Amino acid sequence: MDIHEYQAKKLLAGYGVPVPKGGVAHSATGAIYQANELGGDKWVVKAQLHSGARGKAGGVKICTSHREIAEFCDKLLGNNLVTHQTGPGGKMVSSIYVEEASDIAKELYFSIVLDRTSQKVTLIASTEGGMDIEKVAEETPEKISKIVIDPAVGMQPFQARQLVFTLDLPNKAIAAASRAVMKCYRAFRDTDANLLEINPLVLTTDNKIMAIDAKMTFDANALYRRPEIFEFRDRTQEDPRETNAAEHDLSYVGLDGNIGCLINGAGLAMATMDMIQHAGGEPANFLDIGGGASAERVATSIELVLSDDNVEAILVNIFAGINRCDWVAQGIVDLLNKRDIDIPLVVRLSGTNVEKGQKILRDSGKKIITADTLSDAAYKVVAAWKQATGK
Amino acid sequence: MSIFINEKTPVLVQGLTGRMGSFHAQEMIEYGTNVVAGVTPGKGGTTHLGKPVFNTVKEAVAATGAEASIVFVPPAYAADGIMEAAESGIKYCVSITDGIPTHDMIRVKRYLFARAKPEDRMILTGPNCAGTISPGKSMLGIMPGHIFMQGNVGLIGRSGTLGYEAASQMKELGIGISTGVGIGGDPINGSSFVEILKHFEKDDETEAVMIIGEIGGPQEAEAAEYFQKHMSKPMAAYIAGLTAPPGRLMGHAGAIVNTSGESAAEKVTILKDAGIMVAPTPSDMGITMATLLKGR
Repeated sequence: MDIHEYQAKKLLAGYGVPVPKGGVAHSATGAIYQANELGGDKWVVKAQLHSGARGKAGGVKICTSHREIAEFCDKLLGNNLVTHQTGPGGKMVSSIYVEEASDIAKELYFSIVLDRTSQKVTLIASTEGGMDIEKVAEETPEKISKIVIDPAVGMQPFQARQLVFTLDLPNKAIAAASRAVMKCYRAFRDTDANLLEINPLVLTTDNKIMAIDAKMTFDANALYRRPEIFEFRDRTQEDPRETNAAEHDLSYVGLDGNIGCLINGAGLAMATMDMIQHAGGEPANFLDIGGGASAERVATSIELVLSDDNVEAILVNIFAGINRCDWVAQGIVDLLNKRDIDIPLVVRLSGTNVEKGQKILRDSGKKIITADTLSDAAYKVVAAWKQATGK
Repeated sequence: MSIFINEKTPVLVQGLTGRMGSFHAQEMIEYGTNVVAGVTPGKGGTTHLGKPVFNTVKEAVAATGAEASIVFVPPAYAADGIMEAAESGIKYCVSITDGIPTHDMIRVKRYLFARAKPEDRMILTGPNCAGTISPGKSMLGIMPGHIFMQGNVGLIGRSGTLGYEAASQMKELGIGISTGVGIGGDPINGSSFVEILKHFEKDDETEAVMIIGEIGGPQEAEAAEYFQKHMSKPMAAYIAGLTAPPGRLMGHAGAIVNTSGESAAEKVTILKDAGIMVAPTPSDMGITMATLLKGR
């Protein structure tokens, strides 16, 4: 689960990580009020949405007057901002964060990740703050330092020092930087975070350390024990189809194609999408209906796929282990008895109770195209889609 | 031989009396798995599915000599259950549970590796997997056993149903499996491809291996390197997720492209460069293995 920058900063500040003073607002008036509360005559005003690269997309502005703040808010609040991380549709700017401006002497990069190679929590730092860290890692790997944490004892102060001494900081700032790193680690550990990224972490002209940006994501599987993190959830940042799916315990990801899919198992779902593309079509979604799918669950899943207006054909691919082909077939037929589906529907059933399932489909008298294998199904759905749409 | 489990392996079911545990333990018993006991804290001394139930894994191992365990414990308690198995002398553990917090799995792995000698370490496969099957001998999992034919190909997969797809395509072509191992779809697995490959390389019954990977993580690249350096047996592979957009979680908690090298296209290139035969589509997994076996 992602959270906003202002929420991450609030969380980190609670652990003693230095962040600029700031306040969140949901209107231009509110933003001006926050600027007044902060005082001074220069503010950093930042659009809040679940994406990085907001600066380049025009989502961050240094303002020196109330009029500038108001104009920024009017332009962005409630509208979608497209960054190179959001996809073409962008994401809605749900609030504005107004911060005091810092006098920056040096920009650094700092992050904490769950590293899948070492399978441990790993801290990463670089002197190349504000840059795309992937690029730095590729072009100048010597500018990146990593520290791996032993999960049994947690991070030790010497590890923070080891990391911080690679950053060319003045001696005066070393202790503060080490403390900030330790506190970030504690915040990461205590909240079941997957990622904490501060880019940039800065040294100010008066030798202070400050987190200028903050991004945190959390393990969805651990939210049950982190209610304070779950409170940060912002539904305006989610695809409503995905939220709807999650409420039915289905795993859905919206894509840009025209062929809706409904599959059991994440790996088979990805493979089916690949097969559709191989056959000359484009998948409209990823949808894993999981194990033990009842007839109702299958019907709900088809409705979900149909709720995407781009869908012009549907492929159901089930390899039943815990599932039963007859339940799946019954779910499809029940739905077709309730409503018409005027686009091609291809069904491939395999595994447990396959004969029973196929019989139910056959006997229903409904317009269902059946397929025996994965490739047969993919080619049939693409052919039917082309025929139906003339594409 | 098969790896990890055979018809004699005495198996313990952690969470036997639960809904999931009961259902799948019954299927396992019908398949021929030598289930010797169950563990449910608080239900010690009772009998379930005709098997004795114990309060702790330690008691169950002492009383029955169980060597392998399958864990059907809800996500919040699964890490605890796995560590209990390791502490109690279980040698091979399958964790089916989907949704274990990643920080818990990091601790579990630290706990397993704290055991000094590798030969004393419990081997964990999963979590978030369909289990392990040595066809015709023993099944520790939730898979439809009948689609796995006994034979000489080692199968390792991050996805359950895609593993079924591979097994059934191979069966159609008369190719059987020595052992099928689900390593699971989570970002932190008990065992990686490499750890399972080591066992298949040593297994007399296994002539070739197929790995089924997907987007996310370094495991497939590690397997390619291991294959090149240490394996004498031929290997085929399939990687799911060519059409998966970067930065999006595709169902499995570990199926996400975050950094370079994690996309399906990059993995396919890495595997091919190592000399591994890669199935171009998921429909070609069986035929790819057939071609590989013919070419030996």
